[in-house]
Amino acid sequence: MTQAVKPRDNRAWYLVAPVMVSIVFTAVIPLMMVINYSVQDIFGQSRLFVGADWFNKTLEDPAFRGSFLRNLAFSIQVLIIQIPLGIVLGLGLPKKGWRSSMALVLMAMPLLIPFNVVGTIWLVFARGDIGLGGYFLNNIVGLDINYAQDSFDAWTTVLVMDTWHWTPLVALLVYAGLRAIPDAYYQAATIDGASKFAIFRYVQLPRLRGVLTIAVLLRFMDSFMIFTEPFVLTGGGPGDTTNFLSISLAQLAQAFNLGPAAAYSLVYFFFIQLSCFIFFTILKRF
Amino acid sequence: MSKTFSFRRFGMSFYFILLMLPIYWMVSMSVQPNEDILGSFQWFPSNFTLDNYRTIFTDSSWYSGYINSIQYTLMNTVFSLTVALPAAYAFSRYSFAGDNQLFFWLLTNRMAPPAVFLLPMFTLFQSFGILDTTLAVALAHMLFNVPLSVWILEGFISGIPRSIDETAAIDGYSFPRFFIRVLIPLIKSGIGVAAFFCFMFSWVELLFARTLTAAEAKPIAVTMTRTVGASGVDWGLLTAAGSLTLIPGVIVIWFVRKHIATGFALGRV
Repeated sequence: MTQAVKPRDNRAWYLVAPVMVSIVFTAVIPLMMVINYSVQDIFGQSRLFVGADWFNKTLEDPAFRGSFLRNLAFSIQVLIIQIPLGIVLGLGLPKKGWRSSMALVLMAMPLLIPFNVVGTIWLVFARGDIGLGGYFLNNIVGLDINYAQDSFDAWTTVLVMDTWHWTPLVALLVYAGLRAIPDAYYQAATIDGASKFAIFRYVQLPRLRGVLTIAVLLRFMDSFMIFTEPFVLTGGGPGDTTNFLSISLAQLAQAFNLGPAAAYSLVYFFFIQLSCFIFFTILKRF
Repeated sequence: MSKTFSFRRFGMSFYFILLMLPIYWMVSMSVQPNEDILGSFQWFPSNFTLDNYRTIFTDSSWYSGYINSIQYTLMNTVFSLTVALPAAYAFSRYSFAGDNQLFFWLLTNRMAPPAVFLLPMFTLFQSFGILDTTLAVALAHMLFNVPLSVWILEGFISGIPRSIDETAAIDGYSFPRFFIRVLIPLIKSGIGVAAFFCFMFSWVELLFARTLTAAEAKPIAVTMTRTVGASGVDWGLLTAAGSLTLIPGVIVIWFVRKHIATGFALGRV
């Protein structure tokens, strides 16, 4: 959507039609079904229209509120840690030669590991008895890490795991944004005698706005939908400490609790859309 | 100057070590017998063995998991790109009724938590009779891969000057011929990047893949859960299966390494 004037031609819809068909089947019909479920009490063959009951129940449900706040806290922590760290790493990546290719390939690796394998990697790595990380912290640093029993440790392990998994995405985005800044900008800054920080603040950061918007949006959405990694690592426990929204929703869905699960889904979906829209609007202003 | 430079290099090296350690640990466990893993703690494997890998490659219930995963990942990549290419062209070149709304709406599907669509998709695919096939998973993954492909390809196509379209039309190229002979070769790297992302997101996803399959089309990620048995966890087998899932990822990264940075910015920096 970058070119200024585009010829107006409604026949372009023909080209969009295949996408529409695929989206109708994968998104529209399923969403309709969710809406349909959400206003009914379904038990075997009997269906009863219940209106907004499930929505009221969901919004008042302490378990939903708990998961929601927990997930929100998690997403905020993710953004606070991963965005600055990603910027630092993106600035630090080598720019030329084999070192650069090597760094990019290594950095992209965690992004291509299936989510449950990420969970497995950390399940093993963070264990106090057979895991390198857990063993190191417990026996050499002298802490007492047990992510299966201690709620603080469980939360921290999930957060560290997510940082390990997704900070490379932010770093790669920043790196791509930096590569797109013309040399002339730096030359002008050097002639003006700008300090390194000034270059970062007034040359690099403004030009990174686009990629950082993508990074914040992606990280917020994905951390708000997090499911597999904590599911494998802690299964939502100990207690409810790492029971995020998707985990409790999947539990509802697997119990075929259609009505409540659907209402839960819609509230969840709506919140993600709303916050992405708000983020997007705020970030565009800067 | 040189002082800050070496500090940067030190910091980056430290980060890369931290990045690689968990992966190293999984791979190193996969080449040890279980007694060694559970026995005394050791930094490097002492009794090197490939037994765990041998089990996976000789047992069809194990390796069929890999075949299924690769199958639906490839199918999904092909489907997504096929439907996304013409649409990306339309968004990039024309304005039409509702184009902006449609574009934004497509993107909102990327924000949909898979857990939301789990139940209806299960019911829908059941009524089509394609439950427990790799096709079902491939179709379900189009939910997030089609919007993403449209977005990436639109960025790359917009980078191609429109005069090329006009020149081709004057030279007597029909639209399909222009599309296949001229446009697609021009945005090869964009298609590569989009394919990379489709592959990536389909390969790493588990929730749909798990719910829509039961026995026949089980992906490797689900097969892995078998290692947790009554007698505890078979760590060697679990980590070996996990290590093998790294390979396709490394291969596709290697193919797109030159475009990876622009790719991650989704073609629009």
